[in-house]
Amino acid sequence: MTLERTADVVVIGAGVQGCSIAYNLAKMGVKDVVVLEKGTICSGSTGRCGAGIRAQWGTEMNCRFGLAAVEKFEQLHEELGMDCGLNQSGYLMVAYKESEFDQLQKSMKLQNSLGIDTRVVSYSEAREICPGLAADDAVGFTFHNRDGHADPFLTTFAYMEAAKRLGVTFHRFTEVTDVKTVSGRIAGVVTNRGEIDAPVVVNAAGGYSQIIANMAGVRIPNFSERHEIIITEPVEPGVCPPMLMSFSGNYYIQQRPHGSIIGGCSPEGHPEDYEMGSSWDFLEMMSRTFIKLLPRTKGVRVVRQWSGLYNMTPDRQPILCEADNVKGFFLSCGYSGHGFMFGPISGELLTQLIIGQEPWIPIDMLHYSRFERGELLVEPAVV
Amino acid sequence: MSGRQEDIVICRCEEITLGEIREWIAKGYETFDELKRVLRVGMGPCQGRGCREMILREISAKTGAPMADIDPGTFRPPAKPVKLAVLAEGGDK
Repeated sequence: MTLERTADVVVIGAGVQGCSIAYNLAKMGVKDVVVLEKGTICSGSTGRCGAGIRAQWGTEMNCRFGLAAVEKFEQLHEELGMDCGLNQSGYLMVAYKESEFDQLQKSMKLQNSLGIDTRVVSYSEAREICPGLAADDAVGFTFHNRDGHADPFLTTFAYMEAAKRLGVTFHRFTEVTDVKTVSGRIAGVVTNRGEIDAPVVVNAAGGYSQIIANMAGVRIPNFSERHEIIITEPVEPGVCPPMLMSFSGNYYIQQRPHGSIIGGCSPEGHPEDYEMGSSWDFLEMMSRTFIKLLPRTKGVRVVRQWSGLYNMTPDRQPILCEADNVKGFFLSCGYSGHGFMFGPISGELLTQLIIGQEPWIPIDMLHYSRFERGELLVEPAVV
Repeated sequence: MSGRQEDIVICRCEEITLGEIREWIAKGYETFDELKRVLRVGMGPCQGRGCREMILREISAKTGAPMADIDPGTFRPPAKPVKLAVLAEGGDK
């Protein structure tokens, strides 16, 4: 497929953010939307993520995003016409320290005030929710039953297919090598396959968004961090239906509906990295976490390990805005590990900003200028 | 041979038929990795040992590209499935 010479909007990146933005733009009547992807659809961070969806957050911003995203996911298969693999078995948060449990309960009060029905559960109730669980060393648990997980591949493909039906064009194996600006306005992009002139360019490049921003002369403090993950062979359902998550325990583990169990954690030392390799140390450490937390998985086999990039910001909240110094250049990046779950809502909100509407959840505090002003929105609830 | 060719199961781990693979190749999912993401082929316990070659042949037939030029997709560790308890013991012993 030859590359267009012009477009109304060029979206860089075909992960869940890029595909959701493209779909929402087309749905709102924007013509000539072109999505550029250097690999294949969903080959970056979205396709490598832990698949979780939650409204249990520690800041108002993330709670509102999380709840709105959960509500989107609940009807997404109908809207997009394709199954997205949604499984609402909840998130079971596990605290191993009193201070951690205090924080969970503080977050719960905030969540409850925003319409999120998180509650404290006892250990015996936690074991009913997650039959395989062994956590007698835990201090307390919170649970929200509308949290859960979805299939990142199917969700992204569902957005792409729906966007295509509305006339959006997708180009795979098309890498942006430069971003063109003329006197403080975006002018287009240069790729390995030619140039496209466009008055609006969206940076949804995930782990590479700081590189794209740099090309446009926009400085953002994002960096990319490699996170590893493992998956087991499928076993009978019901070992770990909810997402088990602990900040001090440093893990998230969930069982896909077809039986495989997925688990990951934060890397030690949080190295900046663009490599997506796999390490023996992680495999060994994560296996120990699995059998301590879910003893009945001892004889279950690991079939695969992989890694992906968290695009981190200093306060672990995203950048969702138009650039100050380059009009027409929009950013949706820095999700710090939560880009998949926020994709359905951030795509809608950024679309509203692009077409000149007021985003229905205010996003002005997600401008990257907050870092210069020192007005960070630090999110405590991140693994 | 009885039954339609389309009903032949190509990926036995995930029970994906030749018909389904052809259907998604026709929709533009023309690389092994894209078929893997949409159908889960090659993601089960055999990690594509059973189905990879057959799927690459189907891609070749549809796109006209020679087998040697088709990206076989990513091979990920471990080389074969290993029990969690064995991995958890690590290399100290």
